[in-house]
Parts: sequence; C-alpha cells; structure tokens
Amino acid sequence: MTEQGTARPRRVYLFGTCLIDLFFPDAGVDTVRLLEREGLEVIFPQGQTCCGQPAYNSGYHAEARAVARQQLGLFPGDDPVIVPSGSCASMLKHHYPDLFRGEPELAQARQLSARVYELTEFLVRVLDLRLDDLGPPQKVALHTNCHARREMGVAGDAERLLDRLAHVERVPFERQTECCGFGGTFAVKHAPISAAMVGDKVTAISAAAPDLLVGGDCGCLMNIGGALERGGSPIRVQHIASLLWERTDG
Amino acid sequence: MSAARDTILARLRAAAPGATVAARDLAVIEAQQWSAQERSARLVRLLRAVNTEVHETGAAAWPALLAELCVAKGVARLCLAPGTPVGKAAAPTLAAAGIEVVAYDRDVEAWKEELFFAVDAGLTSTVAGIAETGSLLVVPTPDEPRLLSLAPPIHFAVLARAAIGNTLLEVLRRQAYGDALPTNVLLISGPSKTADIEQTLVYGVHGPKQLVVLLTD
Amino acid sequence: MADASRQFHERIQQALDDPQIRANFRRAMDGLMHKRAAVFPDADELERLRDLGAAVRRNALARLPDLLERLEANCVRNGMQVHWAETVAQANAIVLDIVRRHGGKSVIKGKSMVSEEMELNHHLQAHGIEALESDLGEYIVQLAGETPSHIIMPAIHKNTRQIAELFVDKLDGVEFTADAEQLTAIARNLLRRKFYDADVGLSGVNFAIAETGTLVLVENEGNGRLTTTTPNVHIAVTGIEKVIETLEEVTPLLSLLPRSATGQAITTYVNLISGPRRPGERDGPREVHLVLLDNGRTASYADPETRTTLQCIRCGACMNHCPVYARIGGHAYGTVYPGPIGEILSPQLLGCDQAGALPGASTLCGACGEVCPVRIPIPKMLVRMRREAVNRDPASAFRDSGAQRRLGEAAIWKAWARIHATPGLYSLVTRTATAFKKLPVLGPLKAWSSVRTPPRTAGKTLHQRLAARERQS
Repeated sequence: MTEQGTARPRRVYLFGTCLIDLFFPDAGVDTVRLLEREGLEVIFPQGQTCCGQPAYNSGYHAEARAVARQQLGLFPGDDPVIVPSGSCASMLKHHYPDLFRGEPELAQARQLSARVYELTEFLVRVLDLRLDDLGPPQKVALHTNCHARREMGVAGDAERLLDRLAHVERVPFERQTECCGFGGTFAVKHAPISAAMVGDKVTAISAAAPDLLVGGDCGCLMNIGGALERGGSPIRVQHIASLLWERTDG
Repeated sequence: MSAARDTILARLRAAAPGATVAARDLAVIEAQQWSAQERSARLVRLLRAVNTEVHETGAAAWPALLAELCVAKGVARLCLAPGTPVGKAAAPTLAAAGIEVVAYDRDVEAWKEELFFAVDAGLTSTVAGIAETGSLLVVPTPDEPRLLSLAPPIHFAVLARAAIGNTLLEVLRRQAYGDALPTNVLLISGPSKTADIEQTLVYGVHGPKQLVVLLTD
Repeated sequence: MADASRQFHERIQQALDDPQIRANFRRAMDGLMHKRAAVFPDADELERLRDLGAAVRRNALARLPDLLERLEANCVRNGMQVHWAETVAQANAIVLDIVRRHGGKSVIKGKSMVSEEMELNHHLQAHGIEALESDLGEYIVQLAGETPSHIIMPAIHKNTRQIAELFVDKLDGVEFTADAEQLTAIARNLLRRKFYDADVGLSGVNFAIAETGTLVLVENEGNGRLTTTTPNVHIAVTGIEKVIETLEEVTPLLSLLPRSATGQAITTYVNLISGPRRPGERDGPREVHLVLLDNGRTASYADPETRTTLQCIRCGACMNHCPVYARIGGHAYGTVYPGPIGEILSPQLLGCDQAGALPGASTLCGACGEVCPVRIPIPKMLVRMRREAVNRDPASAFRDSGAQRRLGEAAIWKAWARIHATPGLYSLVTRTATAFKKLPVLGPLKAWSSVRTPPRTAGKTLHQRLAARERQS
C-alpha cells in the first residue's frame, strides 16, 4: 500500500481492464482526463488486453499465465500503473507474483506488481486530489468491490473522494460490505446464488433511495446496474472516475 | 494399531517441516491488566451478565449467607467436601439452618443415584478467578471431586477476592503446573446454557442450572 | 462423476427455494456476525491475537510428528491409552472394540465433528450399540435423522416450532410446547438419565496439549463435562492436527475460539482432562482413550500450501460471514464440513471427483479470510483447489486432480487465452462485439439475463477511443 506523501510522478501508465474496454470506455477516458488535469502524462499501451483474472479464478492457470505474460512487457520502466478496478489491480499486484512463481518472468512480474495502484488509492494517497464540485445536489450510494476492500484495502479512498464533493451526500445502505454476487464466472456458474445475492443488494440499495450508485469496479456495476434496471429502478450506476470528472469539469 | 502409528508419523516426517515463527509473543494477552478493584468489578459484571448470582460478603460471613440462600432457594440437601476448609466452614452453619449436609466422602459408585437425582446443591471452593473472561478456576481434588460442581442443579462456589487474576495465562503461570496438570482443571463462567433452539438463549441445560458465587474479602 | 456436481446444484436450488432456510440462516448469521464484532472491539488487539493464533497453529504443525509423539508419551504417562487410525474404518473399529470390551450397550456423545467424519453413530448402531447425542443441537438433529448444518450450531436450520413438533413426534409422553425453556428442560431430564446409565462417553477434542498430555474441551451446556466424567470409559476422538505444544499457547486460542464462533468472551465451561481417575479420586472415568485420526490429513500436510487448512480451530466464523453459506445453508454442501472451510477441506478429505465442485460456489469475496482467527488464506486455497480440480497433474497433492475438468470448458478457456494473448485478435473480437450493441442472449448470457438486463457494449472500445484521442492531440 502507498503512503501519504509518496512523490508525485510525472508520468503514469493506464491499465484499462477488459470490462471497461468493452462496456464502460467512458470510465477509462474519464480516468485519463482526471489524471491529465493533474498534470500527469498518461500512457495507454495499445497491446494490453486483460489481467487474466477470469481464467485464474477458474483454475485455468496456464491460460491465465499466457494472457498475463502478454501484459508484462507493456509497462517498461518505473512509472506507476493505474488501474480503475480494484479486482484487476489486485490481480496485478497480489496474484501475479503467485501466478509466475517458478517462472522465468517472476522478477518482471514482481517489478510490475510493486508499482500498481487502484485508481482511487492513487487519487487520494499520491495525488491528494482536490475536487471543486460544480454539480447539482445528489444522493450517492457507494458500492466497494470485495477485492478492492479486502485485498487492496481501498474502501476508504473512494469514500474520501466522494466526501470531497461538496454537493454529494453519501448514503449508507444495509449490509454494505457484503458481496454483490458477481464473482466473475460465479454469476454464470452459480447463477441462482448470484441472483439471490444481487437481489438482496438491489433491495438494500433501493431502500436507501440514492439518485446514483457509484463504484470502482465495472463487474459489480454491471451486475447491480443490470439488476436495478431489470427491476425498473430509476437509480443509475456510474463508475467513480466518470462521476468525479462529470461533476468537476467546467 | 502401531502400523497406523508408524505410517502416520512416517508420512508426516516425509514432508518438509515448514518455517516456524521465532518467538511466540504472548504480549497481547499479557497486556490485559486491571487494578485489584477493577478486576473484582469486572469479574462480577461478566458473571452476572450470563445469569450467575454473585454475592459479595465477608470472609467469615459467607457460611451464614450460604445457609440463608439455601433456605430461600428451597435447598433441602446440599453436598460438600467435608475435608476442605470450605466444607468445614459451611457444614455446621448449614446443619444449624436445617439443611441436610451430604458429604462427598465415598466413591461415586456407592451413591451415584442419590448424587444425580436427590441432591439439590453442591458447594465447592475455587482456586482463582479470572477477570478478563469472568471465570472461576475450579480444580477437583480427591477431597473435592469433579461431580460436586456438575451433578447437582445448583453450584455454590466460594471465591476469595484476592485470588482474582487478570487472565487465564496469568493464573496458569501462578499455578506453575509445569508439565503435569491435575486430572481435571475447569474454567466455569456461568450456569449451563444453550442457544441451539433458534438462537434463543436458555439457561440450565445439562450442567448446573444455577451458579452462585460467594465472593469473599 | 458429474453426478456429485449436479447433485450439489440441485441441493443449492432446493435451499434457495426454501424460504425458511433463507430466513433462518440470514437471521442467525447476522446475529453471529454482530456478536463477534461486539466482542472484538479493539481492531489492533484482534489483529495481534490473530497473528499469535496463526503462529501457534503454524508452529505446532511445523513440528507435528514430534508433538504427536510427545502427546502420546505424556498421555500414556498420565494413564490414558492412545490409539492411531489411518482411516475412519480403523477409527470406528477401535471405538467399537473398546465399547465391546466393556460390554457396553450405550455410548453417550459430546459434540464431535470428527465423529461425524467417521459416521460413528451409524457404525455403532449397525453393531447394536446405542449412540446418543447429548449436545442439544446434535440431539435435535439426531432425532430428526439429519446431519448437522453448521459446525457449531447443528440445528440452526430448524425453527422452534419444528423442534417442538419433532419432540412430540419422537419422544414418548411429551406434550407439545413451543417454549424454548420447556423444550430444553425436556431434553435435560431425558438426557440426565442417559448420562447416568451410559457405559461409555465419547467426546471430541478442541486442543491437545503435548507438553502435559492434556485434552482441552470447550462447551456451554455441560454435556461435555458429564460425558467425560460420569461413564466409566471416556473415548476422545480427534484429528491429528489438533496438537499444540504448551499449556500457555492454548490461552490465545481459547481467547480466539469462543469470540470468533459465537461472540462469547468464553464458553461456560473449559475442561482440561489429563487422565483417568487417579488413586484416591472419587469420580471420573476409570479409563480414558484418545483416538488420533488421519483420514487424509497427512496428505494435506505434505504440501505446505494445503497444510494451512490444518490450522483450523473449527470456530465457524468463516461460514458465519460467508454470503453464499448464509443463502444456501449447511446441508447444500453435502459434506461434514460446510461453508468456506468445508470447500477447501472436503476436496482434500474426499478427493476432486466427489468434492471438487465445492470450491466453485464462492465469489472469492474474502469475507472468510478476513475473520479466520488463525489466518488460513481461504480465498487463496479456494483458487488452489479450483486449479487442482481442472488440471490433471501427477505431482499434485490430490490423487484425482483434474477430475472436474470438462472438455467444453477447457476449450473455452484455451480460446479465451488465445484471443487475449494476441492483441491483434483481441482487437478484432472486441471491435466486432462493439459493432453489435447488444450481445446475443445465449448460453451463459441467458442465466445472467433472467434477473438483469444484458450488458450493452459501447460503440467504440477504450482502445479505439484512446487511439483516436492520441491522434487528435
């Protein structure tokens, strides 16, 4: 984990994640905008694809490694790698060293892992982002991805960012720390359990009556957002990068 | 089956032993420290929180209090250990109050039916109290057998305030058992209870229904 | 046997469809989580205690063969008899033999998950010996002819009314009452006579102390003490992993176990047994036997990663905090040990064919690992189990690794890897996908779409958007 007062870099890489690539590219573009506005140069190596987590979590480690190997060489040097997803960030940071144990790329994987940041972690602890909130008053519920919370330890960072938006009220909801039921392939392999979990999550969020559900992980947002929409809820979902940009861009 | 023993140990030894942590630092437990007054108050509070009846009394006054409590609770027959200081102190006062004193001075086989079904209460001494968890350290002896604090539906226990330690660790260290413990060592922290029926807390299951602590100066 | 996997899914669906299971477990798990949080108010103390608990367990495991020998020597010195069993069949035979040698007709049991592993009651009953559970939750479950659904609260799936009806149905001369106190009193009176009459008492072991030759048992009801004090013979069964070295080391574990399990500072009774009745003593069993069971633990031990599973002190905190367990309950897993610990332990005890599907019933949310008092890396182990389940590897700790591998799924992941390891291919596939706003609702998307609107692809991928942005600048 980073510490307050880590030196501000001039340049960072963006690891966009496959879900953002396909379904939420705005979140990726808004991440770049936020970072560039802070004076950073943002590099997006076009050869990147996916961190490999889906295969890794399914036990197909050789396949995960093949994909992970492809990512390793794309971020040369010492610049930080920013990831707008807690679960993908954790894959790169905490699981790549395991994945490459006993492999020739282990040193390279470790070197990469050491400079991976989840987005909100970077915005708060390295950039200490100041936010001038130009948006209308809004009630926002925050959902934190389980890996973001328990592996990356960044739940507090997203909360801090939202609290820095003067016209945003963060509303709590029941069983806030419980998993939303996405779990990647779990949503497909154990669809009935996943449905029960997301159903409860939707009930809890709806009871708090926010205008918007915000989160740092698109898997969760797709899961909860899809269920909210299916149930006819007026509550929208948005990636935190997009919320921050939308409310602070003049 | 020594063949099984040999196989199991051989399999375990065939594996790499694994790293050990250098020192087992018990500091986090040793850090639990209270003043004598706080210890006493904490013990009483924790015991009462789980339905233990606690009476604070004088070192000489407790037998009379015990007799009163027995009368109030309808205890007609109380079992005690006649050879212990606690047993010796209580017996005459109880008898004077009209309570039948049953001595646990024979092997259980000689009177098991009576002990299980015709004794209303048992009286024991205690070795120590533990403030951290609200517990009594009770160590059965040949004079004060195991079933005395278990079979009768009411267990009266006498605890001296000065014997209350901070933690189980501290109390065990004081006892300095080394590598040989008595046959049975007990921590008792309340009357028996269960929450197995839909999480409803019920006191008085298989062990004593009531635990009454006489906390003496 | 794709059957085991299919049956697992069926049991899950059954549980999800049962409103009472859903309600009982939700309420119970919420209660247990709150109680645990309340009894660990100091986050720093908790983490230090967990470090200590993990160290005690790891160190003991690192020296397991030596500690087992020391335990045996000191137990024997204390007058106990020690038996070793590689398999549950051997363990059952040992217990049966002891009971028969004493002409025993009935065994009264304290709570023991190892005895569930052994299916001991069934074995004894098949040989004409009554095996009666005395822990109230186990007693209820036994009356109902079921198995426990939680390792600490076996009857958690039943509500009071069901228990009341069960008592009336199965017990002679019992009037209907839905009052928990009265039901408990019925059980107390009935079982009191059973404790009194039993020839043999059988218990589990929470911790076995090598340096003193001591068995440590924790409980709230008093049935454990009665089981181990009243009958002439006490048999204690345990897995070989429960040994720790010193008396002092048991204190952090005694601090962690009740607090993690039920949110109690301590259980009503902590019972340290160091031998049978000594000369001069007036009660206690004449014989104490300790049965040490392997049943796959030596295989877990062989691999340093799977060995961490053996650190478990059977508190149940992992299942109390698991969002999946809270919704499907214990019986859905179909194994002696349910929940997160069950998902990593069962494939090790039963193999990948029988239990290899279990680790998939998890989102890897990590709630379990966060509360494990001895820091078992459960999520990491779940991923490890998944890897074992779908990759045949002769060097694997598992004799039937790869038993869950399916050609179809393996082919999908190979194709997925090919696409994602080849930027050109990936670009082609993603651009094609984004050309269609909506993906066809087939296969996996069908299950998704039953409760959610299907995901919509963006017009342009992030790769395309950023490339265009780059060109403009």
